[in-house]
Amino acid sequence: MTITPETVAFAIMSVLVLGGGLGVVSSRNLIHAALYLALTLFGVAGLFVLLEAPFLAAVQVLVYLGAIAVLVTITIMVTRRLMGITENVNRQWPVAALIAVLAAAILGFVVISQFAGVYPTQAVPPDTIERMGQSFASHQGFLLPFEVASVLLLAAMIGAIVVARD
Amino acid sequence: MIPLHLYLLVSAGLFCMGIYGVLARRNAVAILMGIELMLNAVNINLVAFWRYISPESLNGQVFAIFVFAVAAAEAAVGLALIISIYRNRETVIAEDVNILKW
Repeated sequence: MTITPETVAFAIMSVLVLGGGLGVVSSRNLIHAALYLALTLFGVAGLFVLLEAPFLAAVQVLVYLGAIAVLVTITIMVTRRLMGITENVNRQWPVAALIAVLAAAILGFVVISQFAGVYPTQAVPPDTIERMGQSFASHQGFLLPFEVASVLLLAAMIGAIVVARD
Repeated sequence: MIPLHLYLLVSAGLFCMGIYGVLARRNAVAILMGIELMLNAVNINLVAFWRYISPESLNGQVFAIFVFAVAAAEAAVGLALIISIYRNRETVIAEDVNILKW
């Protein structure tokens, strides 16, 4: 593989994603874990840009970095008084690590044996975002799932307010 | 161009870190962060397959957008539950919340 700007960007974003993920699951301090989570989410947004899905990258930054990461950080700060915990993993962590390594081995084997060396055959149509917006509002497209998702978000909002209220 | 399997390998690595985080961490917020990692790995997979297999179809991107919506709902409700548990039982450790355990 020749070194192009795209491969360099992919390498940087992969390091951000994987390094951030490792930080999230291994940090003792939860605030550090939340910051690593933000790093991972930013790296995923970069991967979306490399995959020519700019709308998804923007949504990733707005929803994940702007809302979820901030929400997680605020929750950690609110519940911080009792955070002087000596160990951050439970008794079953060796089994958990074994399961994670086994899953990684199986997934890696399947990916390498089935999808090695696949390159894109077609270019992305330039009107993808426009067609997606139209398909969300048409009966032939995704109108029903779109409305169901709105109801789900409304229910989640009301539920969160009711549960977290004094 | 980057071959497809590199994206899938990054996504598989992220997913397995999420599995470890969900199974091994004690703090409920850390468990939720592991779930977010797994959802992000799934999204990388969806968008990578969309780009490499069928970029003329919209299904991959639309599926990823619905994953975003469900992840936002899940984070809001999950963190509200954690705050409520903290207020009532003064703990955010998952194994200390055993009132429903027989």
